Amino acid sequence: MAEHHISLPLTDPMVEQLRAGDSVRLSGVVYAARDAAHRRFVEALGRDEHLPVDLDGQVIYYVGPTPARPGRVIGAAGPTTAMRLDPFLPRLLEIGLKGTVGKGGRTPAAREAIRRHHAVYFQAIGGLGALLARHITAVEVVAYEDLGTESVKRMVLEDFPCFVCVDAHGGYLPEVGRSRWRDPAVLGDYLSSTTETYGG
Amino acid sequence: MTRPPREVDVTRIEETVARLCQEAAHVLPDDVYAALRQAASSEQAPLAREVLTQILENAVVARQEMIPLCQDTGTTVVFLEIGQDVHLVGGDVHAAVNGGVARGYAEGYLRASIVDHPITSRVNTRDNTPAVIHTELVPGDRVRVIVVPKGGGCENMSRFRVMLPAAGAGGIRELVLRTVEESGGNPCPPLIVGVGVGGTAEHAMYLAKRAILRPAGEHHPDPEVAAFERELLAQVNATGVGPQNVGGMTTALAVNVEVFPTHIASLPVAINLQCHSARQKSAEI
Repeated sequence: MAEHHISLPLTDPMVEQLRAGDSVRLSGVVYAARDAAHRRFVEALGRDEHLPVDLDGQVIYYVGPTPARPGRVIGAAGPTTAMRLDPFLPRLLEIGLKGTVGKGGRTPAAREAIRRHHAVYFQAIGGLGALLARHITAVEVVAYEDLGTESVKRMVLEDFPCFVCVDAHGGYLPEVGRSRWRDPAVLGDYLSSTTETYGG
Repeated sequence: MTRPPREVDVTRIEETVARLCQEAAHVLPDDVYAALRQAASSEQAPLAREVLTQILENAVVARQEMIPLCQDTGTTVVFLEIGQDVHLVGGDVHAAVNGGVARGYAEGYLRASIVDHPITSRVNTRDNTPAVIHTELVPGDRVRVIVVPKGGGCENMSRFRVMLPAAGAGGIRELVLRTVEESGGNPCPPLIVGVGVGGTAEHAMYLAKRAILRPAGEHHPDPEVAAFERELLAQVNATGVGPQNVGGMTTALAVNVEVFPTHIASLPVAINLQCHSARQKSAEI
């Protein structure tokens, strides 16, 4: 599978090339936002208000970092579960959001929205808080400061490692990877569950 | 002649909790690190091997540079095993634990992830309190404190079901495999799968939580339960989910089953998943 070094913002020809399973290194600006900020974004859009940041053509990183120690840019800063933000994704894609970075998979509805808007979802490795912090070179709170770790932050990434999980053509990494490594002989009469769900 | 109880000042518990919160957030337990290394050396899928390599590297960087292993420094779950010959003095032990959490999270630059009201306001309490505290009385005159920073991503994938007794081992297996497959990458595999079977609804979930604390590679003392754990681990790893759901042979490092007698009509089964950043730290006072 291909390896891409991408300078943000994303462009359509760049997104076109990406395929689920490709390795990616991201450099440039992303916006950090998670649960509480997403709720505010969508509520603001519902009131026809402008968002505090222009997300047109941008990438959101689903992250709530630990506080930076003195002299450091940021604390631990790995991805949070993307599926939790799926209810908000279609609305943000409508206003031009081009990509998201998180952990885990996405619901079929979110995947379809990504395909329809010719966008992309990058999967970073969850639980890599210390290592990924090394690839974040600048951080600035730009909105909702009262939310603490959940505030919206402008971050500059440098060679940030991730994979393409959902591409613009309907490709989905778990569907590619799982079937290859499944061992029916060990699983016996257990019938696979193909649905991914958020929680029991 | 009976001995007087040993006095333990709760400020010692507060100090211990503050220290353990910070150590747990930065240092991956040796048994988990060893299990991950073993998995990385036997994993055949290239992408999965790359993920495992980075997870190991993350543990080294976290310890050396004092950056938390994961930005989700969790709900602080604290187990207090209090010897029955201990007399706690100096104040409210729950307040002491929460004082320790608040101090530990501030001093360690750990993330405050607790909101005050789960349904309505959901405002961050800013110091990660309150902790979830489990107290148990045990023989002796010591206090054992276990601090478990439990991540939201994996805790969210917990499941509980009361099965028909006729469902038996097959039913439990079905629920374990389904939970792992449907959770996909959300709980951050490779996992430690905790399974609590028996008792009542709340006790089964408690057993599942205790099960994730068992050192990786250690099996249940009952050989039949141990054999069931081995079988479940092989099957979980045959699902192909792999580390972070990228596909591979390492979906779990361990499946730990705890059992308790139950009602003639019941088969309660609880599942608690632990992520690869399986943090815990304990101390005895």
